[in-house]
Amino acid sequence: MSDKHSKQRSKYTLDRQIPGAFEGETITRRRFMTGTAHTAGAIAASAFTLPALGFAIGPIFKSTPHRWETVGTTSMFTDTNYVPAVVTLTPNIGEAGKSTVYVRRFNPEIDTDPYDKGTPYIAISSRCAHLGCPVRWVDAAERFICPCHGGVYDLLGRRVGGPPVRPLDRFYTRVSGENVEVGPRFSVNSQLRRFSPRDPGEPLDGIGQYLYPARPGAQKL
Amino acid sequence: MPKLPKLPAPPLPPPLREPPPRPGEANGKGGPIEEAMQAGITVVDWVDERTSLSGAGRWLMFRKVPKGTNWFYTLGSATMFAFLSQAVTGVFLAMYYRPDPSGGAYESIRYVTNDVFLGQFVRGMHKWGSSVMVILVFLHMGRTFFFGAYKYPRELNWVIGVVLLILTMTMSFTGYLLPFDQRAYWATIVGVNINGTGPLLGPYLSDFLRGGSEFGATTLSRFYAIHMLLLPGAIAALIGAHLYLVAKLGTTAPPWQKAKPRAELHEAEV
Repeated sequence: MSDKHSKQRSKYTLDRQIPGAFEGETITRRRFMTGTAHTAGAIAASAFTLPALGFAIGPIFKSTPHRWETVGTTSMFTDTNYVPAVVTLTPNIGEAGKSTVYVRRFNPEIDTDPYDKGTPYIAISSRCAHLGCPVRWVDAAERFICPCHGGVYDLLGRRVGGPPVRPLDRFYTRVSGENVEVGPRFSVNSQLRRFSPRDPGEPLDGIGQYLYPARPGAQKL
Repeated sequence: MPKLPKLPAPPLPPPLREPPPRPGEANGKGGPIEEAMQAGITVVDWVDERTSLSGAGRWLMFRKVPKGTNWFYTLGSATMFAFLSQAVTGVFLAMYYRPDPSGGAYESIRYVTNDVFLGQFVRGMHKWGSSVMVILVFLHMGRTFFFGAYKYPRELNWVIGVVLLILTMTMSFTGYLLPFDQRAYWATIVGVNINGTGPLLGPYLSDFLRGGSEFGATTLSRFYAIHMLLLPGAIAALIGAHLYLVAKLGTTAPPWQKAKPRAELHEAEV
């Protein structure tokens, strides 16, 4: 059995009794031509498939430049209540690219978490951490409330009820002269530790930060 | 040079020959109606001689169906006609639609609905037809499930059907954004974020759908291309495969249909 097998598996076409075989030839011309044609076809197909695929998934790896936008003057904001301001997250697409940010001055009595040290203003995104609906600051309740599925957040943006999986996102802030400026967004976990921006619905506590990795194009500030 | 004997004329090829008189026209050619019919038959013959399509047509259309076949078996065809209706109305809506996120998309939809002759009707067909198609897909799936028609040898057709179900839902999802009103916008935000909650790959899927990290200028055109170029082709191809397997494997009898053994088999057993 093994004898016959080894005889059939001879490297040389001449040994395998193939008609028209040359001395020292190890692959038949027919197999060579078939392989060449298939390879040429594969190269031709990938020559248009791979660029098209890269074109379609390219935005995943693209990093967007940081934008700083003025939301008002320093006298407009207090350290006990939020003032809504509209910022443009994506330029050139009209209303669809705008979003509301809730801004207040840093208050050392409330903002005791070590991660907030040194931020002059607290700017909280109105994008619900559940599925991205716009939350509203309700003054009487001192809560952020989401109209879609009932997410509720406290003054610091931490979840106190409903389906959201993490606190509300925040924005970097800076003061330039008299103007308060809002920069890129970042996400926080339930201890208000900072992470690069995530989409709504992605938890950041425990294993969550590994299950929902940061965007490849995310830049450190 | 000796004169060669003249060869007999070769026989005419069948299409050129005078057809033998059909029954009932033994008294020579009929009137203009018969002649028109004859012309039609000649054209069909001409095509069929070069393509052999009539065999394939007979194979597809004239199949044996099991006893007990009933109205439930029309749900698949109904789904296909819903898809064809979506395809036709969608093509004509695309003649007016502009995937422009800074107001043009909404304006073009408003124009179709309010100003174009029959625009409201065609858009209504497309809008309500999408719900009809989803409902029919589920009814067809339920029929297949409750009649046990997914069992051997039809498992692959069930798998293709599930892919078609997913593609139909994706069509509904991508089409929902196109009117670009508040409902469309927020539904898409929520829908993309639901996709993003899938672990590991979810965030990348969200970025792929949006064409970036935020809902941006390319999101609408991306949804539009998926909705009217990518998915309809895939759905049409898979419907073809689905139908081929139906014709190849045949349909199942309803579960309440009892198989009746043939008499001669009984005698052979005895």
